[in-house]
Amino acid sequence: MTDPVDILIIGSGASGAAFAWSMADTKMRIVCLEQGDWVKPSEYPANGRDWEARRYADSDILPNRRNLPADYPINDANSIMKIATYNAVGGGTVHYAAHFPRLHPSDFRTRSLDGVADDWPIDYRTLEPFFAQNDAIMGVAGLAGDPAYPHHTPPLPPVPLGRSGTRAAEAMNRLGWHWWPSDAAIATVEHDGRAPCINLGQCLPGCAQGAKGSTDITYWPAAIRAGVEVRTNCRVREITVGPDGMATGAIYYDRDGKEVFQPAHVVVMAANGIGTPRLLLNSKSEKFPNGLANSSGLVGRNLMLHPWPVVHGWVDDEMDGQRGPIVSIWSKQFYETDATRDFVRGYMLQFGRGPGPVGEAMSGYEASRIPWGTGHHAAMRRLSQRRFHVGVACDDLPEEHNRITLDPVLTDSHGIPAPRIDYTLSENTRRMMEHGIARATEIMQAAGAHTIACSRTVLNYPGHLLGTARMGTDPATSVVNEWGRSHDVKNLFIIDGSVFVTGGGVNPTSTIQAIALYIADQMKQRLDTLFD
Amino acid sequence: MSSTVSFPPPAWGNPELSAVEKRTLAAMCARMIPASEEYKVPGADDALIQADIAKSLGRDATAVHNALAQLETIAGGSLADLPIDQQETACATLRAEAGMDLTLLTRIILQCYYRDDRVMISLGMEPRPPFPKGHELPQGDWSLLDPVRARGKIWREA
Repeated sequence: MTDPVDILIIGSGASGAAFAWSMADTKMRIVCLEQGDWVKPSEYPANGRDWEARRYADSDILPNRRNLPADYPINDANSIMKIATYNAVGGGTVHYAAHFPRLHPSDFRTRSLDGVADDWPIDYRTLEPFFAQNDAIMGVAGLAGDPAYPHHTPPLPPVPLGRSGTRAAEAMNRLGWHWWPSDAAIATVEHDGRAPCINLGQCLPGCAQGAKGSTDITYWPAAIRAGVEVRTNCRVREITVGPDGMATGAIYYDRDGKEVFQPAHVVVMAANGIGTPRLLLNSKSEKFPNGLANSSGLVGRNLMLHPWPVVHGWVDDEMDGQRGPIVSIWSKQFYETDATRDFVRGYMLQFGRGPGPVGEAMSGYEASRIPWGTGHHAAMRRLSQRRFHVGVACDDLPEEHNRITLDPVLTDSHGIPAPRIDYTLSENTRRMMEHGIARATEIMQAAGAHTIACSRTVLNYPGHLLGTARMGTDPATSVVNEWGRSHDVKNLFIIDGSVFVTGGGVNPTSTIQAIALYIADQMKQRLDTLFD
Repeated sequence: MSSTVSFPPPAWGNPELSAVEKRTLAAMCARMIPASEEYKVPGADDALIQADIAKSLGRDATAVHNALAQLETIAGGSLADLPIDQQETACATLRAEAGMDLTLLTRIILQCYYRDDRVMISLGMEPRPPFPKGHELPQGDWSLLDPVRARGKIWREA
C-alpha cells in the first residue's frame, strides 16, 4: 500500500489530462494512473520510410490489431463497428485526427426539441467558457463566424484548404450548401512552445512534429509542473469501497506486474466510454454486487459509437493525397432535424484528404478498381493522389441494448475481464446514413468526380465511445449527477465520454474536455460540501 | 486449466520464409505487379523488394505462410514452375477463394513495393519519410466562404 492521495485519476487521455491540469491549482496531492507509457514523437511512423506500413501494425487504431503490451482486448464480434482505443499518456488524443467540433446547442435538448432520447442536465452555454479555455490550451485552429454555431473564435488560423478542400468547397458552393473550415486541434502557427504543422499527413498515428494537440504535449506538461504525478504502466483492476459505501482507492498492477493498492479520498474515472464502465462493472462488492455506481443498471448501457459511412471521389486533377492533415472542412447543412425527412436529428459531413499509395492500392484491389497484372500501374496513376472523401458522422441516439459488459472468457494480460460490445444500428440511424450517403454522392458529382465509391461498413471510423455512464438528475435513469458525481458513491466522479446523454453528430473530444474542465470547476467550487 | 483466454492472442508465427515459399511468393508477385518499361518501375518480384517483404512479415507471418500454402495447393505443386498463363489462373483462383490471409499478404507486398525508391519516384513522390521535411499545402481562397456567410445562421436555438 502507498500513501493516500487526495485525488486519484484513472486514465491520462483527453479528459484525465484536462481535469488534472484544472485541479492542480488546489495544491492537493493528485495522482493519475495510466496503463500505457509515454510515447516519444521520434518513434512515430512519420519518422521512417515504413510510415504507411506501421499504420496497419503497431500504430493501427484498433487495439485488437495493434496488440501492444499496454492494450487490452475488446470482444467486438457482436458489433457492426470495431472499437478504436489507444493506451498511452495522452490516450486517444495521440491517435485522433484532431477534428475538434463542439456539440451543438440542440444536442443537449433532443427530448425537448425532437421528442427523442433525453435532455442533458447541462447545456451549451454551461460549457461555453470551458470550450474556450480548452481551445486555448489544446491549440485549436479554425475561423470565427461559422453560421452553424453560436459565435466563437478559434485561437489559431485555420488549416489550409489545399487542393482537396478547395475542390470540395467549390462543389458545396455549386450546391448552395453550408461548409466551413473545420476546427482542428492543430497548431497551424507556433503555439505555446509547439512547432507549427508542416503537413506530415500523419496525424492519426501520432504527430512527429508535435503540432497536433494531444494531451501528452498540451495539458500534461503544465499539470506535472504544477505537481500532479502521472504513474505509467499501471493497469487498474478495480475501484475499492469501504463499509460506508465510499470509494477508498484502486487496485492496480504496476510495471512489474505487482499488485498495488492506492488509497484515495476521491476517485475520478477518465478511462473512456469503454474502459470506465469496464472497471466499474469489474468493481463488484457485497455492497455493490452489480458493479460500482450501478444502482440504475445503466453502467455500460446506451453506448453510442457514431456510425460513419464514407463516400470517396476521384477526380482527374492531382489532389492533396496524404500530404496534409486529414482534417479539412465540415458541413452542417444536414445537422439539425428537418421534419420533411424520414429520420430525426442529423449528421455532419466531414471532408478529408486522401490515402497514401498503399491505402490506394489496397482499397483498389478490394473494390476491383485496380487490377493485378499489367493494368496495375496505369490504374494507380489514374487514382493515386486524386482522391478525397466525405465522412457522414451520424447522430447515434442512445439505446439501452447497445452496451458493454464483461466478457466471460476473454481477459487482458493481467487476467482482468475484457469488455464485450453488443451494438446494432437503429432504423433511424440507417435512414440517416443513407440520406447522408446520397448527399455526399451528390457532392462528389458536383466536384466532377469520375469515380465514386461508398464504404458502408464503417469499420475504420470508430473511436467515439460515449454514453455508458450518463449524467442526469434522477438516480434511477442516470449514473452521475449534473456535475459528474456518482449518485451512489459520493466520492466517485466520472469525467469522460461515458457521461454523454446524447452523442450528437460530431467528434466528441472538444466536448469531453469541456465537460472535464467544467466538472473540475464544479468540484473546486464545492470543496467544503463535496460529499454532501 | 484456466477458463479464460488471455491477450495477447497466439504468437505471430515463424518470421522466416522457406526457399520454396520464397519462390512461390516471387512468382505470385510477378503476376500481381509486373515490371514496366513504360513507367520505369521494377515488378514486385524484384530482388530488393522481395528481400524487404521477407523481413517484413511481422504480426502477419502466419497469414503469409497460410496464403502461400494455399496457393501451392491450388497450383498443384510449385507455382513458380508453371507456365505464366497457368500461374495467372492459379492466382485468380486464390483471389476468388482466399480471405483475410491473402489480404494480409497482399498488404505486405504493397507496403514494400510502394516504399521502393524507384517506384516512389515513378509515382512522382519523394522517396523519404514525411518527417522532418513535411509537405506544402496551398492555403486556398477563403473568399469561397462569402456565399456561406451571406446565407446566415443555420444553428438551432435550444
